[in-house]
Amino acid sequence: MPQSDLLPGGAPGAGGPLIRFDGVVKRFGANTVLDELDFTVDAGERVTLIGPSGSGKTTILRLLMTLEKVTGGVIWVNGEPLSHMRGKGGLVRAGEKHQREVRKRIGMVFQQFNLFPNMTVRQNVTEGPIHSLGVSRDEANQRAEELLDLVGLGEKIDAHPTRLSGGQQQRVAIARALAMRPEILLLDEVTSALDPELVSGVLDVLRGIAESTDITMLCVTHEMHFARDVSHRVLMFDQGKIVEEGPPEQIFGDPREERTRTFLHAVLDHG
Amino acid sequence: MAWDWEFTGRIIPDLLSGLVVTVQATVLGYALALVLGLAVALVRRVPVVGPLLHAVMEFIRCTPLLVQLVFVFTLAPGGISAFTIGFLVLGVHYAAYTAEVYRSGIEGVPPGQWEASRALSLPAHRTWGAVVLPQAVRRVIPALGNYLIAMFKDTPLLFAITVGELMYQASRIGGVYFRYLEAMTLVGLFFLLVSVPSAVLIRRLERRYAAV
Repeated sequence: MPQSDLLPGGAPGAGGPLIRFDGVVKRFGANTVLDELDFTVDAGERVTLIGPSGSGKTTILRLLMTLEKVTGGVIWVNGEPLSHMRGKGGLVRAGEKHQREVRKRIGMVFQQFNLFPNMTVRQNVTEGPIHSLGVSRDEANQRAEELLDLVGLGEKIDAHPTRLSGGQQQRVAIARALAMRPEILLLDEVTSALDPELVSGVLDVLRGIAESTDITMLCVTHEMHFARDVSHRVLMFDQGKIVEEGPPEQIFGDPREERTRTFLHAVLDHG
Repeated sequence: MAWDWEFTGRIIPDLLSGLVVTVQATVLGYALALVLGLAVALVRRVPVVGPLLHAVMEFIRCTPLLVQLVFVFTLAPGGISAFTIGFLVLGVHYAAYTAEVYRSGIEGVPPGQWEASRALSLPAHRTWGAVVLPQAVRRVIPALGNYLIAMFKDTPLLFAITVGELMYQASRIGGVYFRYLEAMTLVGLFFLLVSVPSAVLIRRLERRYAAV
């Protein structure tokens, strides 16, 4: 898929990492989901987060998308604080306006697709560019057509999402996220809600995007083969902490931690 | 008392003019209830003002419409027609109910829709206007429709503040001729003739919008 012009690229790193979690804590009531988490992601890097349910993987994506607020610590995106902004005497909690600006660089694809059922596929894909980025309608339409071709759904552009299969809906959701030209693409268990026979179509689209662009990807998945194929780095989470990290060949081929081994055994036995 | 067909024919024009007033009051009152109810449902989400407004609406829901009509009619400054007071009070009274309907519709929009709007950085007016409200309103159309019929059937209460609607006309005719049978029967019949087709129409809308 030679669409290097069509798809967004990673940011030219300002020297440092594109994403930095700095002592990030997230609690829901008494439950600590992320515990003083530190990690970084470089521009253009594809990172997969694996680990048992409730280990905090999805929370990381939701914090980046500002769907949740951090309890403590700071998240940096391209040198800018995401959850905070520079104020008098240091960092203060970010207002809505600051968050909107920073998160325009970030796109997210959800487990449940979350397409707008009252809009056509075309409207779903053009809504963000037109009303959030201020792109002209013509340009947004053209880009929507190109992206829907890319995900193999060009002929469904005027259909309503409810008429599409789960796999097709998820591919529309991928096109919708890419239409915003994000530097960072967050993928939250994007195949978990799909019937098994529809999974490969969605993963193929994502593989194509990974191969043809240098968009930064953070991916939470239980598809270990996909993780092995596309990621540069795999982070194994348990109880809000990184248990182990490394290149996919090492994590899947020669995991060092007992916790990683037992997790992979359990997952791969079922897969 | 035997049914008098000749008398029936004579009173029909007066009753029809009453029916026109009834329908006018219903349409205006309902339009007000739809707009005001939505405004109330939205303002209710605002801190401090929201709970206050909720208390006012609760008060309106918990007192009888008849009392509200007479109360406002008595206290209203001169120059405002009984008809105007009638449809305004009807509209505000029913707004207290439609606001709850809208609220349930808004709460019924899945969290994922809000999250997707946020992920696309949509401004608030698009999140509400293009994503949340179209879905919320769609799912409450049947409930809103039921209130239209309920309001229509409540219009005879305007009789108490001298609005010349259907019930008022029937009662006037009865008082003049000392015959209530024909007039009151026709009132019931006219209400049926409007309510039943409306109910069928609403069921149709319900089926149509249930698809999404």
